[in-house]
Amino acid sequence: QASRAFSLYANIDILRPYFDVEPVQVRARLLESMIPVKMINFPQKIAGELYGPLMLVFTLVAILLHGMKTSDTIIREGTLMGTAIGTCFGYWLGVSSFIYFLAYLCNAQITMVQMLSLLGYGLFGHCITLFVTYNIHFHSLFYIFWLGVGGLSTLRMVAVLVSRTVGHTQRLILCGTLAALHMLFLLYLHFAYHKVVEGILDTLEGPNMLPFQRVARDIPVVSNAVLNTTAKAVALTL
Amino acid sequence: FAGLADVSISEDIPVEGEITVPVGSGSPDEDYSTLDEPVRDTIMRDLKAVGKKFVHVMYPKKSSALLRDWDLWGPLVLCVSLALMLQGGSADSKDDGGPQFAEVFVIIWFGAVVITLNSKLLGGTISFFQSLCVLGYCVLPLTVAMLVCRLVLLAGSGTVSFIIRLIVVVAMFGWSTLASTAFLADSQPPNRKALVVYPIFLFYFVISWMILTFTPQ
Repeated sequence: QASRAFSLYANIDILRPYFDVEPVQVRARLLESMIPVKMINFPQKIAGELYGPLMLVFTLVAILLHGMKTSDTIIREGTLMGTAIGTCFGYWLGVSSFIYFLAYLCNAQITMVQMLSLLGYGLFGHCITLFVTYNIHFHSLFYIFWLGVGGLSTLRMVAVLVSRTVGHTQRLILCGTLAALHMLFLLYLHFAYHKVVEGILDTLEGPNMLPFQRVARDIPVVSNAVLNTTAKAVALTL
Repeated sequence: FAGLADVSISEDIPVEGEITVPVGSGSPDEDYSTLDEPVRDTIMRDLKAVGKKFVHVMYPKKSSALLRDWDLWGPLVLCVSLALMLQGGSADSKDDGGPQFAEVFVIIWFGAVVITLNSKLLGGTISFFQSLCVLGYCVLPLTVAMLVCRLVLLAGSGTVSFIIRLIVVVAMFGWSTLASTAFLADSQPPNRKALVVYPIFLFYFVISWMILTFTPQ
């Protein structure tokens, strides 16, 4: 039993070099993650650290929890905390692995740790956007933030990847996929968990509508009504 | 022993003798053996240790009592009582009562483990269980806040009660964070304290948020 615990500690030491950062470095990298680089003909340096990305993922979990609680999301099977952690960590680890796989196919020069670090710092834009828009509920404000802040962090990630890939088709595939996934994730986080603005729905149906529910069991009447009104609301805002 | 190197024993003489060392009647081991004392003494000693640590958390001075003799009884008691008080506060009490308890339990222990791993990876000198002990004991102010919130909610649940609860929870959250940083930050290299304090801040923030948004049914 002691040897098992010892081998666990030995494995922890493998991660030690990725946590070797100073607070100033973390702050600098956070700010840099919003600034797209201009020089894409020279491979850009990516810091392979995991402290910043890990803290950003946990911050995103905390912000999501806040958003879910204030929007009265009801999750029947599973817990609020489990959903938030699963979503954020799933996105970070899953999309990193997927883009790393695509990078391997497209011959891009990037390692797994660098990809994790890049995507993790890209979540900084998501954190800011969601923090602001979960508290101030204006659809137009969200779209401005989505395009502005989300777009900036996506552009930075895309520019870094482009600088490390050769060939037009490969660059297009890799960066298109990353941009699409990153922006769509922000859209998903906003619309899945935010409070439906009552004013829009009140103009469509008179009485108060139920907030957006995630119900595991299929109750046809309620889910159809909810889907119809949600679709109408989305159509009205677009 | 060097002189015995050339001693040889022939094969057909059996080796025999007494292995047991004769024990003196008043051997010093009897004073350290706690197996024979009455159960009440054992329990009282452990309870006193836990109580002393509670006092250390409420008045965080830079003492090393929390760190030296770590134990996990206090954190367990606090965690279970917090989880019990947070139960039954969801929208649909018949099928959400169960996961609520497990949720709080898992969050506290999983969060404490993650913070401990983080501080160790950043180069901390504190051991795994010492850090778990400190983080668990510093949940005490938040448990007190939960108790106060439940009492305030018994009186009513309007805006005034929300403001009272907000003030109490924010104060206790600050106290928890300060108490745990008083113990944990010393074990880090001086320029990296902020990197260790931030996850602790997030951890207690999540717990405070669960306490503040608790609405009984």
